[in-house]
Amino acid sequence: MSLSLKNPEFLIERNYDRCINCQVCERQCANDSHYYDEEMDKMLSKDENCVNCQRCVTLCPANALSIRQYPLEYRKNSNWTGEMINNIYKQAESGGVLLTGMGNPTPKKIYWDHILLNASQVTNPSIDPLREPMELKTFLGRKPGKLEFDENGNPFPLPPQLELDTPIMFSAMSFGSISINACRSLARAATASGIMYNTGEGGLHQDLYQYKENTIVQVASGRFGVHQEYLEAGAAIEIKIGQGAKPGIGGHLPGEKVGDEVSRTRMIPLGTDALSPAPHHDIYSIEDLRQLIYALKEATDYTKPVSVKISAVHNVAAIATGIATAGADIISIDGYRGGTGAAPTLIRDNVGIPIELALAAVDERLRREGLRDQVSLVIGGTIRNSADIVKAIALGADTVYIASAALIAMGCHMCQKCYTGKCNWGIATQQPDLVKRLNPEIGEERLKNLIRGWSLEIKEMLGGMGINAIESLRGNRLMLRGIDLNERELAVLGIKHAGE
Amino acid sequence: MDYLIIGNSAAGIGGVEGIRKNDPEGKITVVSDEPYHCYSRPLISYFLSGKVDYEKMKYRADDFYQKNNIETRLGTRVRTLKPSGKKVVLETGEVIKYDKLLLATGGLPFVPPVKGSDKENIYTFIKLDDAYRLKDIVETPGKSGSQSAVILGAGLIGLKVAEALAKLGLKVTVVELADRVLSTILDQEAAAIIQKHLEDKGIRFNLADTIEEFAGNKKANTARLKSGFTLDCDLGIVAVGVRPNLELVKDTPLEVNRGILINNQMETSIEDIYASGDVCEGQDMLRGTSGVIPIWPNAYNQGLTAGQNMAGADQSYDECFARNSIGFFGLPMITAGIINPLEEEIDQYEIYRQDSPGDNSYKKIIIKDDRIVGFICINNVDRAGILTGLIKEQKNIADIKDKILNADFGYLSFSEEWRREKLTK
Amino acid sequence: MKKVFAREEYCLGCKLCEVYCVTSHSRSKDVVKAHKSEEITPAVIIESGENLSFALQCRHCDDAPCVRACITGAMQKDPETGIVKYDENKCVGCWTCIMTCPYGAVKRDEYNRNIISKCDLCSETGEPACAANCPNNALVYKEQEEEGE
Repeated sequence: MSLSLKNPEFLIERNYDRCINCQVCERQCANDSHYYDEEMDKMLSKDENCVNCQRCVTLCPANALSIRQYPLEYRKNSNWTGEMINNIYKQAESGGVLLTGMGNPTPKKIYWDHILLNASQVTNPSIDPLREPMELKTFLGRKPGKLEFDENGNPFPLPPQLELDTPIMFSAMSFGSISINACRSLARAATASGIMYNTGEGGLHQDLYQYKENTIVQVASGRFGVHQEYLEAGAAIEIKIGQGAKPGIGGHLPGEKVGDEVSRTRMIPLGTDALSPAPHHDIYSIEDLRQLIYALKEATDYTKPVSVKISAVHNVAAIATGIATAGADIISIDGYRGGTGAAPTLIRDNVGIPIELALAAVDERLRREGLRDQVSLVIGGTIRNSADIVKAIALGADTVYIASAALIAMGCHMCQKCYTGKCNWGIATQQPDLVKRLNPEIGEERLKNLIRGWSLEIKEMLGGMGINAIESLRGNRLMLRGIDLNERELAVLGIKHAGE
Repeated sequence: MDYLIIGNSAAGIGGVEGIRKNDPEGKITVVSDEPYHCYSRPLISYFLSGKVDYEKMKYRADDFYQKNNIETRLGTRVRTLKPSGKKVVLETGEVIKYDKLLLATGGLPFVPPVKGSDKENIYTFIKLDDAYRLKDIVETPGKSGSQSAVILGAGLIGLKVAEALAKLGLKVTVVELADRVLSTILDQEAAAIIQKHLEDKGIRFNLADTIEEFAGNKKANTARLKSGFTLDCDLGIVAVGVRPNLELVKDTPLEVNRGILINNQMETSIEDIYASGDVCEGQDMLRGTSGVIPIWPNAYNQGLTAGQNMAGADQSYDECFARNSIGFFGLPMITAGIINPLEEEIDQYEIYRQDSPGDNSYKKIIIKDDRIVGFICINNVDRAGILTGLIKEQKNIADIKDKILNADFGYLSFSEEWRREKLTK
Repeated sequence: MKKVFAREEYCLGCKLCEVYCVTSHSRSKDVVKAHKSEEITPAVIIESGENLSFALQCRHCDDAPCVRACITGAMQKDPETGIVKYDENKCVGCWTCIMTCPYGAVKRDEYNRNIISKCDLCSETGEPACAANCPNNALVYKEQEEEGE
C-alpha cells in the first residue's frame, strides 16, 4: 500500500538533561517505541508505536519521560473529529473491523456521578465504624420466602449460598485474555479477602484449583474447558450469556494467545483461535436456559448456586424476570461501560445501556413480580470506587463485580490495547517475558489493599447514614438523591431529586 | 598449644588465619628470614616500577600480628629444625619449641649453571629485597649505567620484571629456551599475542635460545647467546624458575621429592609437621600427579588448611591446579589447568577456541570427558572464574558445551536446577 | 547472613538494579548526576537471554575463594557482618578475584582503572539499593537458607 495516512496517537517527550541512556524504557516497551542509537549515543523514540501504557514513564529512574497526546490539530470540526478521521484512515488501510480493549471511554452520562448519598444529622445518630461493629457480610443465592422446620423443629437447610466478607467480587476474566499471573493474583486476593473471583470462559488452570472456595466457574457459549471437575472446582457456576462491552456478539481469542497452557486449560488445539459463538446454540428461550441451569445444578448435586450473566440491554428487566423464573440463583448484569479484552470498537461504544438504569429497572421489576428474594443481583460495568458500590447497593444490588478497577490495581494503565496481547504490565498477555512482569505476590497484595480500602470506605459511608449493616442499605433508595437528572431519569432510577 | 610457623608469606599467613579460625588462644610464633611485615610477593615488580609503595604491598593490616596475638621473629633465619625434639634453633641461638609446626618457607630462585651468572650485576627477582636492590640500581643515575637489561627466562617472573624495567626506560631483551613466552601457561597462539604486545612496548625477544655466558669483568657487560648473538648487558636477571626452599629439612627424615611431600590435609611424613605453599609438592587434581604448583592462591589455601588442621580441624584441600591471572601493559590474561595437552593424548581432548586478532582477544577452553580441564583467556577475562569453578567441581558440561564460548556464557547457560542450587543458597 | 537473592521467574531484565546500584555508590546519590558526572561501575551482573534474566551479585561466600586468593589483601571477609569487603586502595587490578569467583560476580572497572566492582550489600537504608528498587520484587534481601532447608 502507498503512504499510510495514520498519524501517531502519542508523542514521547524525553528530557535529555535527565536521560541517562540506561535503556530501561527500551527493554520495557513491547511495542519498540524506544531505541538506543549508538552513533548519536542517545535514546530515540518511535512515536507511532507508542500506545501510552505509561510503562516507560513509570519505570524511568531519571523521570526523563512524559507522553502526551500527539499535537495533531485537524481543522476544527465537531462532526468530523480527529478520532473519526483517524478511524477512517485505519479502516481505509486495513479493510477490517476497528478493535479495542477495556470499557467504553466515550463521554456519555455516568449516573453514579448524578446520585448523592445521605448522611445522618441530629435526629438519627451516625455510627462510627472504628468504635462499633459494622457488618459487610453478604450472602448470594436464593432466599426462602419463609423458614420451614422439620418435625424435630430443625430448620430445613437453606439453598446453597455464596458468602462474601464484603460486597465486592472480581468479575469474569479468562485465562487467555489475561495472564496466569493475573489469574493467580485475583484468585489469591479473593481467597485472602473472603470474596470471589470468576474464571471467565477460559476454563481453570490446574494451579488455580486450590482456590475453589473463592472461585466462580463460568460456562459460556464456547464451553471452553468445561468438564465435571471444572464445575466442581467452583463455589458457584455462572452461565455467561452476554458481556457489557460487547452485547450480542461472541468472543474471539486469537490463536497467538493460545499457547501450551491456554490450549490445555481450554481443551482446544494449540494455536487455534478460540471462538465463542454469539449465542449459546442450545439456548433460544427461557425454557432452554432453565434446562442448562438445571443441568448444571444436577451435575453438581444442587450444592452450588447458579448465576446467569447478561449484558444490560433495552429490555433487561423483562429478561431478568425470565432468568429468575428459569431457576437462576443469581443474576448478574454487566453495564455498557464494562470492559473487555477485545471487542469491536463501535459495538463497545454504542450497544447496551448504563448499568445504573438497568439495575434500578431490574430491581424494581423483580420486586414487583415478587421474585426479588429468589435471586441475588450482582452488577458490574465500571464500578470505579466505593461510593459507586454504596450507590449500587442502595439501588438494589446485592453485590458488585469489579474488573477494570482490579486490573488497574494490578498495574493496568488503561491503554486499551489488551487485544494486541502485548500488555507491558504483564496482565493482558500470554507472552512469557511480559507475563513475568506481574509478580502475583505484588498483584495479590495490591488487590487485597484495594478491597480493604474500599471496604473501610463503605463502612464509613454506612456509618454516616446511620446504618450498621450492608443488608440495611440494600434497595434503600431513600438514601439516594439525584442531581442534574430529568424526571424520566429520576423515575427509572426510582429516586428523588436532591432537595426533595 | 604452641604453634610455630616458618615463613611469612601467603602460606604462612594462611596458616595463622587457619589456626585462629579454630583456636583463638594458642600461642603462635611466626619466624621469617625477611624483616618485613607480611607483603605480597606478586607485587614486587609493581614496587620496582613504582606503581605501588611499601605500604600498599602489605598483605595484611599493620595490626595483623597484634590482633591475632602472634609472636614474630622477623628477619631471623632458622638455623636448624629438630623434629625429634619438636624444636627449632634460630640463628640467634634462640630455641623455639612447638607442638605443631608449619613449614611455609617458599621457594628459591633456580639459577642454572650459566657462566658468569655470579657476576655483580646479575640478579634474581623473587622477593622484596631483590626489588629494593634493583630499584636502587636503576633509579640511581650512574650507579650501574643500566641501559640494557637482559633477562633469562620468559616465564611470569621474567616477563613481569621485563615490563617493570621497560616502564623504567631500560632497553630490555628477554632470552628464553622455549619457542614461546610463558610456555607453561600459554599455547602458541596466546603466546604470540602476548609476545607481539610486549614487542609493541619495546621489549625484544630471543626465543629458542639461551645465554651461554654473562661476559665481563666483575660486572657483566655482554650476554653471549648460544645462537652466537651477543646482547649488551648492563644488568642481567636470571628468572628461569623457582624451586622449593628445602634447606631446613635436608638433614631431617622428612620425606621429600622435589618438594616436601604432603597429603591433602597438608601433613608431612612426620607427625605434627605440616607444610604448605611453594616448598611442597601438592597433588595436581587435573593431572593426578604430584608436583610443585607455585602459585599464590594454592599457597594461601594450603596454609589455611594446614592451620585449621593444626588447631584440631579435619580439613582437606584438594583443589590444586595451576592458575594464573596476570597482565602486561594493560593486557590481562587468565589461564588455568591443562592448556597444552600432550601431543600423544590430544584425541582425548576437545578444544574450543575463539580469537579476534583485532583486539588481542583469545579464548581457548580444553575439555576432557565433558569436563573443563583448562582454559586460556586473553584480554576478555570477564567472569573467567566461572570456568575455574567448573574445573574445580569437575562439572559435566556435555549439555552446554555449545554455549561455552558465547559472549553471554554464564549461569543462564546452565540447567535451571543447577543454577538454583548455586544461586539460592 | 542476609543477602540479595534473585527470583528469575519475576525478573524483567529491566536493569534498574544496575541503575540504582550506581546511584547508591555515587557521591551525589542522585540518579542523573551519578550517571552523567560520575564514573561508577555497577556491582550487579545481569544475565539475560530469551525469556530468562536475573541479576547476580557477590554471594559473600562463607569461605570466599576471592578472599583466599587475593594477592594484596584487598578482599577481606568481615567477621562481624559476613560481608566480603573490598578495599580499592589496596587493589592493584591483578584480577585474581575474577579468576577465582565461581559466580563471575566480580567486575573490572568500566573506566579502565585498576580496580574492581563488587557488591558490598549497601544497606544504609535497610536494604541494598538493587533489592529496594527492584520493580517486581525479583530481588529480595533476606536471610540465607540453611543447607537442607
